Amino acid sequence: MTTPPVASELGLCLCHTCGLACDVTDNPHECERCGASLHRRKTNALARTWAYLFAALAFYVPANLLPVMNTKMVGAGADSTIMSGVLEFWEAGAWDIALIIFIASIAVPGIKFVALTLLLVTVQRDSDWARKERSKLYRFVEVIGYWSMLDVIVVALVASLVKFQALADIEPRPGILFFGLVVVFTMLSAMSFDPRLIWDNTPNQPHNEEVTDEAPSH
Amino acid sequence: MKPQATDGPQAPGQASIKTRRFSVSLVWIVPIVAVLVGISLVVHSILQEGPTIIVNFKTGDGLTANKTEVKYRNVVVGHVSDVELSNDQKSVDATIKLSKQAETFTREDSQFWVVRPRIGAGGVSGIDTLLSGDYIGADIGHANGRAKNFKGLENPPPITYGEPGKRFTLHSQDLGSLDIGSPVYYRKIPVGQVVAYALDADGKGVNLELFIHAPNDAYVTENTRFWNASGIDLNIGANGFAVKTESLSSLLVGGIAFLAPPYSPNDQPATEEKTFELFDDQVTALAPPNGKAQYLSLRFDQALRGLKVDAPVEFLGMEIGKVVAINLDFDEKKRSFPVNVGIVIYPQRLGQAHTKMIKAMMHDPNDEAAGVRLMGTFIENGLRAQARNGNLLTGQLYIALDFYPKAEKVVFDPNARPVSIPTIPGSLEELQEKLQAMVDKINKLPVERIAGNLDSNLVELRKGLAQFNAKTLPGVQTTLADVSKTLQSASSTLAEDSPQREQLTQTLDELKRMSRSLRELSDYLGRHPESLIRGRPDNAAPADLQGPPRN
Repeated sequence: MTTPPVASELGLCLCHTCGLACDVTDNPHECERCGASLHRRKTNALARTWAYLFAALAFYVPANLLPVMNTKMVGAGADSTIMSGVLEFWEAGAWDIALIIFIASIAVPGIKFVALTLLLVTVQRDSDWARKERSKLYRFVEVIGYWSMLDVIVVALVASLVKFQALADIEPRPGILFFGLVVVFTMLSAMSFDPRLIWDNTPNQPHNEEVTDEAPSH
Repeated sequence: MKPQATDGPQAPGQASIKTRRFSVSLVWIVPIVAVLVGISLVVHSILQEGPTIIVNFKTGDGLTANKTEVKYRNVVVGHVSDVELSNDQKSVDATIKLSKQAETFTREDSQFWVVRPRIGAGGVSGIDTLLSGDYIGADIGHANGRAKNFKGLENPPPITYGEPGKRFTLHSQDLGSLDIGSPVYYRKIPVGQVVAYALDADGKGVNLELFIHAPNDAYVTENTRFWNASGIDLNIGANGFAVKTESLSSLLVGGIAFLAPPYSPNDQPATEEKTFELFDDQVTALAPPNGKAQYLSLRFDQALRGLKVDAPVEFLGMEIGKVVAINLDFDEKKRSFPVNVGIVIYPQRLGQAHTKMIKAMMHDPNDEAAGVRLMGTFIENGLRAQARNGNLLTGQLYIALDFYPKAEKVVFDPNARPVSIPTIPGSLEELQEKLQAMVDKINKLPVERIAGNLDSNLVELRKGLAQFNAKTLPGVQTTLADVSKTLQSASSTLAEDSPQREQLTQTLDELKRMSRSLRELSDYLGRHPESLIRGRPDNAAPADLQGPPRN
């Protein structure tokens, strides 16, 4: 192989804060220049990703079941959940808006769950399947993450703008809080994941298993 | 994997052990908390989950699943979760999820109805639902039992449970113009309303349920009378023209008024659910109490055209009851069609007379047999019923109970029920009968004989007259001629130029002259009495004659 040596083979580790390549053969815990703690990989990446993913999943249920907002038009109040809003727009013929809401609020978190789970499982199994695509997937997950906040922002805007006393009044409902938490936790989960883990057990490394196993423990 | 890592050959005795003290990362607290929050939500929603009930409505008008709310006192206590046709497809079943605190709405007698805008004569309600859409109104019942299926009301109940006030029942012959929601007035102030009405068990009357709001329910006393205040009371009398009505609204939707008669001492507020009678108008309502009714039967052998049910029954001119039934009967013995008239009398209407009579006769008003015996003695004394003409123009009849001591004796049957009072023919009929009897008598007169005699008498009279004409009259004529003559002669004698009269005048003149000379003589003699002896001197002056004053 013509691949240049990786940092771990040379006993080096890049400081995340100041970028100094530190010698870790003596297992120093701090960067000798700036004093930041040194990690060869993100600390506890897999466990944290899993934990945040599970938390997001746990909040995903109430986020979709509980109403996100209450629309009161001339006395007639109605709670609407995310899905009921989508259906309402769809039935009203506004399929484009329905599609946007559906993708931003339901599909994107769903995709994130699936993608992160896939990444985690493949990393834990030291799979060498489609490493490049998985890296792309991870970047995609990171990019789309905050778009799910669209819903939260819409509700926040509408709830603060539509205040016409008896005529029309929109109020947020607990569902939107859980939805916001889902988005936050999926983002945290994605942030906790270390994409370098995908590449850690490259076949030309003889002791690949031990290296990858060690990585999450740090 | 982790213990494997620690036992790794690379750095067996390194200080990184302190991080291994927790075999599980602290980050797992986050999903645990998330799950706990989720569980708490589930538990909360399960705890908050109220009972589910099914209310059956006639139509699903205005009911939308997951949108229509159930409200009590304008607070949401549940919502409709499903609307579907009932199994027999004749009505609509609305599944309602009640909230936890609305558990009491599952009481058996809870009521549910759809609140829609309603505009009626009694008022306008549910205007807010015009904009907000219909909702289901609910009212908590009182029963201890719980139910799952309810029958939705078509109209909102006028009174909610637990409203302070009292319910009363009125009994009436018919509903009149009353309806649910018709107001109840006390001194023209609306104090309650009609909340329900239903036919009697036997269908012979209507029971109206009233609700009188507190604190005015205290004015409903044991002696209170209720009357129908619907419509206008027109009165034309000696004092002019009077229109009486409770209120304009009662004109349109009817109404009930109540008042205790002024002569009600020791009046106590009536107990809940007490039954009163509903009178037709204020006058009858406030009239002295009728007391116990007594049914009597009368049997007339004459046609009773003009006698109507409700015609008055009068006793010595006092109205004490009314006719309740008029039926034609067939008498097998006489082969005739008598008329059976049923009347009801209220002896208490006689007032003082009644109380005194009871006292005098030691009569117990509750002893039915004694009452019948009393009636028996009255009949002995000539109590008879008679259908009399109340109005000669319209021919309306009324029943008069009166004493006819000369009436034929009748056997009184004290065991017959209802008690039967013997009758005598009516006044007009009586007149007819008398006329009939007279005509009969006239018929019996020997008219022909009388006529014959009269005829011969007349013949003789004519003969007499002829004689008179022929004989007597000529004589009379001659006599009259004689008389005329006599009168003529008399007249001529007395005429002015008659010789007799001439002579008479002359005689009277002579007499005048004579009396003058006599006076002269007497005068002369008075002055010259010697002349009687010496005679008259020749030289006697004529002046002497004038000497003495003339008298």
